[in-house]
Amino acid sequence: MQYLLLLHAEEAGFGRMTPEQQQQGMAAYVAYTEALNKAGAYKGSNRLQFVSTATTVRVVDGKTQVLDGPYADSKEQLGGYFLIDVPDLDAALSWAARCPGASHGIIEVRPVWDMTPLAKAVA
Amino acid sequence: MSTQEGDEQARAIAEAVARRSYGKLVAFLAARTRDVAGAEDALSEAFASALTDWPRNSCPQNPEAWLLTVARRKTIDIFRALRRHPSSSEELHLIEEVLAAPMHGEIPDDRLAMMFACAHPSIDAATRAPLMLQAVLGLDAERIASAFLASPAAMGKRLVRAKGKIRQAGIPIRVPGVEELPARLDTVLNAIYAAFSEGWTDPAGADAARRDLTEEALFLSRLMVALLPEEPEALGLLALILHAEARRRARRSADGEFVPLAEQNQELWDQGQIREAESLLHRASSMRRIGRFQLEAAVQSAHVDRCRTGAANWPHVAELYTALYSLTGSPVVLINRALAIAEVEGAAAGLNAMPDQCTDQRLTEYQPYWAARSELLARTGAFQEARRANEIAIGLERDPAVGRLRVRRRVALLD
Repeated sequence: MQYLLLLHAEEAGFGRMTPEQQQQGMAAYVAYTEALNKAGAYKGSNRLQFVSTATTVRVVDGKTQVLDGPYADSKEQLGGYFLIDVPDLDAALSWAARCPGASHGIIEVRPVWDMTPLAKAVA
Repeated sequence: MSTQEGDEQARAIAEAVARRSYGKLVAFLAARTRDVAGAEDALSEAFASALTDWPRNSCPQNPEAWLLTVARRKTIDIFRALRRHPSSSEELHLIEEVLAAPMHGEIPDDRLAMMFACAHPSIDAATRAPLMLQAVLGLDAERIASAFLASPAAMGKRLVRAKGKIRQAGIPIRVPGVEELPARLDTVLNAIYAAFSEGWTDPAGADAARRDLTEEALFLSRLMVALLPEEPEALGLLALILHAEARRRARRSADGEFVPLAEQNQELWDQGQIREAESLLHRASSMRRIGRFQLEAAVQSAHVDRCRTGAANWPHVAELYTALYSLTGSPVVLINRALAIAEVEGAAAGLNAMPDQCTDQRLTEYQPYWAARSELLARTGAFQEARRANEIAIGLERDPAVGRLRVRRRVALLD
């Protein structure tokens, strides 16, 4: 099954770190990605720019509304994700716990909705 | 045999199998499909088929195997019709293969795996015990709802949601590995204990659904010990439940009034259950891994010993509560510890050892806190404060018999 690990953290925290700490932080993510790869669980990942760069879009009565800022305004922001493929939730949770993001933020684990049967039905 | 007799026999056998094997059959199917609701549906259809088939073609030699065969076929039908869980035809094929695999001898017992799935940390904590009662014992939502003081509709929704989560989030139905086992075992034992406590709050047995729950919890607890005989906490929980059960008949007078431990008629205690509890506790302590349930059972054991011999063992009880508090940090444990200390060092020392409701908001609505306070205050001679605490205790009690005991205390405090 595929799971999306959504990494939420306080963005300002990164800015408060010394360059050495930032480097160590990055190295931890590189090592984590490498471990996921080795285990054959890695499907993809990305780090996101800060929420100050976010824009929200919605269409109301045919008119497009564009707003500056993120959708959810909270203390922790969505800062990145990992997409993994593992046998079950326990495996997904143990990978989430190993993620460096779990130590300085919160990780939401979401099972991916497999659309294959529906896609076949549509085709 | 007449048609009617055949019907009755089929029904009797089906009911007996349901009682004995329901949980095992659901667990077998769900462990292979991860679909608890689907397994329940398939099994209830299989029972329905049995009731029409058995009177006509006579009851099978092995009714359990017959039901499983039909239920496996129904499960595959459900999957084909709804394409509900497997994401691809390959996966469906795989499940079909697993379900169709011929079985030799006994049906594998996956109930332990099922209990771990029901009490998975990702399942809402308040739903774990209800889910276990439904999936492992086959209790219906209505009965579970009345036992947990919830509306049947709300309880039904919670159960459906939890089963949906097992399927959609991929919660595995299996026994966790050695590394995870201690923490995960804790949540299973806590859920069983929650079921027991809900049943226990109706000790008069006036409410059938709740009284039954203590028997169901006892069954689940026995099952844990049978399946995990080397886990001292599983033994501790069973010992604790047995100690409480042993004194059930003595907890109420003939006219339904609540009888405190010290005034209970010991001849009403179930000596067999007490013996069994003691031997379980002995076995558990020889494993040298102490835990919450062993300590709580040890407290019960100490109470029994004191009542029997008359030897005041309050210092020992206070020690047990101190150890329990260091494990759980529970204010409820502090209250009981304070009462034990009062017996050793006097009521003033007991009052000093009580937790403070100003620092723990939960205590302001906790009936036993106010009852204990009232008791200790009265013993120090602070009758006015004692009466006030007793009034609050009366106002918070939901068991009428305990409420009446407190009203009797009110009269005593006025004298």
